[in-house]
Amino acid sequence: MSHFLTPVFAPGFFQSEAVHIALGVGTLVAIATGTVGVFTVMRGQSFAGEAFGDIGTTGGSGAFLVGVGPLWGFVVGNLLAAAAMETIGIQRTRGRDLATGIVLGASIGLAALFLYLTTTEQSTTGATVTILFGSAFAIAGSTVPLILLLSLLVLGLILVLYRPLLLATVSPEMAAARGIPVRTIGILYLLALALAAALAAITIGSILGTALLVGPAASALRLTKRPLIAMLTAAGMGIGAMWLGVVLAYDSYEWPPVGHGWPVSFFVVTLVLVLYLLSGLPARRHRRGSDDPYSASPTLHAVPESR
Amino acid sequence: MFSGFMVNAWEVASIVAVVAGVVGFFTVLRGSAFAAHAIPNGSFAGAAGASLVGVSTLLGLGVFALAGALGIGLLGRRGRHDVATALALVMMLGLGALFLGFSEEYAPAVYSLLFGEVLGISSNDVAPTAILGLLCILAIAVLYRPLMLSSILPEVGEAHGVSRFRMEMLFLTVLALATAMTVPVVGTLLIFSLMIGAPAAARSFTDSPPVAMALSVVFALLIVWIAIAASYETNYPIGFFVGTGSAVSYTLGRGWAAWRARREPVAHDIRPEPG
Amino acid sequence: MSENILAVQSVDVRLSGRTILDQVSFDVAPGEFTGLIGSNGAGKTTLFRVILGLQSASAGDVLIAGRSRARGHQRVGFVPQKFLLDPDLPLRARDLVGLGLDAHRLGVPRPSRVRRALIEEMLEAVDAGRFADTRVGRLSGGEQQRILIAHALIARPRLLLLDEPLANLDLRSAHEVVALLAKITREQEIAVLISAHEINPLIGVMDRIVYLASGRAVSGTTDEVVRADVLSKLYGHHVDVLNVHGRVLIVAGAGEDTDLAGHEVAFPDTEIVS
Repeated sequence: MSHFLTPVFAPGFFQSEAVHIALGVGTLVAIATGTVGVFTVMRGQSFAGEAFGDIGTTGGSGAFLVGVGPLWGFVVGNLLAAAAMETIGIQRTRGRDLATGIVLGASIGLAALFLYLTTTEQSTTGATVTILFGSAFAIAGSTVPLILLLSLLVLGLILVLYRPLLLATVSPEMAAARGIPVRTIGILYLLALALAAALAAITIGSILGTALLVGPAASALRLTKRPLIAMLTAAGMGIGAMWLGVVLAYDSYEWPPVGHGWPVSFFVVTLVLVLYLLSGLPARRHRRGSDDPYSASPTLHAVPESR
Repeated sequence: MFSGFMVNAWEVASIVAVVAGVVGFFTVLRGSAFAAHAIPNGSFAGAAGASLVGVSTLLGLGVFALAGALGIGLLGRRGRHDVATALALVMMLGLGALFLGFSEEYAPAVYSLLFGEVLGISSNDVAPTAILGLLCILAIAVLYRPLMLSSILPEVGEAHGVSRFRMEMLFLTVLALATAMTVPVVGTLLIFSLMIGAPAAARSFTDSPPVAMALSVVFALLIVWIAIAASYETNYPIGFFVGTGSAVSYTLGRGWAAWRARREPVAHDIRPEPG
Repeated sequence: MSENILAVQSVDVRLSGRTILDQVSFDVAPGEFTGLIGSNGAGKTTLFRVILGLQSASAGDVLIAGRSRARGHQRVGFVPQKFLLDPDLPLRARDLVGLGLDAHRLGVPRPSRVRRALIEEMLEAVDAGRFADTRVGRLSGGEQQRILIAHALIARPRLLLLDEPLANLDLRSAHEVVALLAKITREQEIAVLISAHEINPLIGVMDRIVYLASGRAVSGTTDEVVRADVLSKLYGHHVDVLNVHGRVLIVAGAGEDTDLAGHEVAFPDTEIVS
């Protein structure tokens, strides 16, 4: 059996504790991000992932400087960012408002400072790479319970809010008319997104985290028209990308340059992109032979805001 | 702080500031903030690859920036940027991390590419930066009128024979070159900030485009000069000062605009309240 | 007499110095089909938003089934005029209708035969069986509207509000939608308040009409309200009501006349108002 497995799984794979942690954390995070990600893409907020990434960078590096685990920094930073987004109503501005961009720029500048201070005051050189690009193999075992808790929290929030959140996403007006507290639900959802972004950051890095948040969800939504199935599919894709990424990263210690290893996050991000491109194929094939009378209907896009 | 190797830093940074001010003015005008954020991501991979292969970093930056600009320009025809573009850009960052990981100077190299490294500028860099900078400014000067028209009233531009698509491609090319040359000073993650902070602030002080562009250059120079001086004194990274400086100048601009609006009675009240 | 399902009492809405609604008062009895007629900009959508609790009135009150709007949300069916339905939205028509049953309940919908039967029944009622499994965003405007009506009705509301459902429809489709609405709401004794700027598609169906002009309202039966003297007073200038083969044409009068204050006023042209 080991003769068959060795080419795929480099020696020591199944015994390594770091691998166990990476796989476990990867699974949890993939589930959380896949679930929230479906709503994020539905609400047209894919850009929010990048915003959380930038602010998360600041939070994570700040935490590192203070000597706390980066996960706390990501969580606190993202929650503050979510609060700011809610106040300013950034959800409504698609993508890059000038003011948003400038705030993000300032926050990255701050992150640069924190990382510099970390490097000089603590003579650790790995801070930049760890925060920005993640290190799934270096997650401390003690962090795992917190990651589990946060993942369950995110999953729970989205599942509990599912129905009202879905209607509020389709039409805030109609939801308000039914007595659904649209604003509260929006805030709770944003909280879930902030936490999921933090989880993605600790796994594959703060500036790469968007990929997990948005990629599998966007791919899943191309394949199905049922949101729940999309969440399952997104989680599955995320898990697949994480696991394969971990395997490849572990194996890459044998690849040139030997002994060094390629980063997990690189593999995960590439796999997520590949999955997304693959998810576009069925639609293309369907469209060629399509006689669907209901395809490509123009829809009215002006919507009076309910706030 | 003005002698020795610092002279290079001042010279290069000044050129960078001028270009950022000029190109940034159009970036803000055209709302191309996404491109300004996206192209440097690609250059990051390019620079990392270049250092791996042993080629000049500037070359790597430039080639990937141009490729990125082309990609965005061509894909942009389909409408707003989609998930594929976002994912591809993130992958570029991952690729850059990969390339840098192969080299030995991993952590410092990552840091300086992302956040800039003023001290790393040698006298060899001054000439290429100056040439690229001159190219960018010349291009903008030549394209000024059709670019202005196409940016503000694209349909009118088309009627006059100014192809919107061609202007977009040309502008993106200039933007790519501009970002490529600014990376060594401010880093890929912060170019965006310098390029929109200064022009955004300048807009608040004047409505005349040439004046706005000039002010934009002035603000950019101020931001960069203060950043270099502060970085020299404190040893803190220049990127921090650039990011903060951009935010401060933008806030000052908005504050001025608000103060001016309150002093002058508003004669027209046409804008409907949202919601 | 059973209490009114909707009571709008002296509602004022003032925004940025402009008076959008001025002392608007009217009632809707249970099961009554009421048309809210007014041209664009008359304040119809604002009135709807106040009734739904989406916007607050500067003065006055809205009672739904006797309870003040301010005391919390009550379930009223609502079909908005414009809806943002992304063609890629992952929601089948039947799922959107299903949301009408329990969107206010937390958690994930548990598949049940009862639920499915209710949804099927509603889809049948609006004749949407053919496209029940298509993504809502891919349907035509008229089809989406039918789904939204099904969504609003499936929870058996006592009051159904429709904001300009006929606006973008040709005359025949408009009549079809009105007939559909009248049939369903009569069967289930649902009160309807439907806004429109064209009075004719609703004339045979309305029990009562609320006529809105320049923020002011007049309510009553069609015979009571759609009259030259009543509408002239409402508009503040002379208006004629023409009856052509059962269809109504409301026209701003030409020639000399006096306005409310007794001043002589001359209008150069005939201008069709509605």
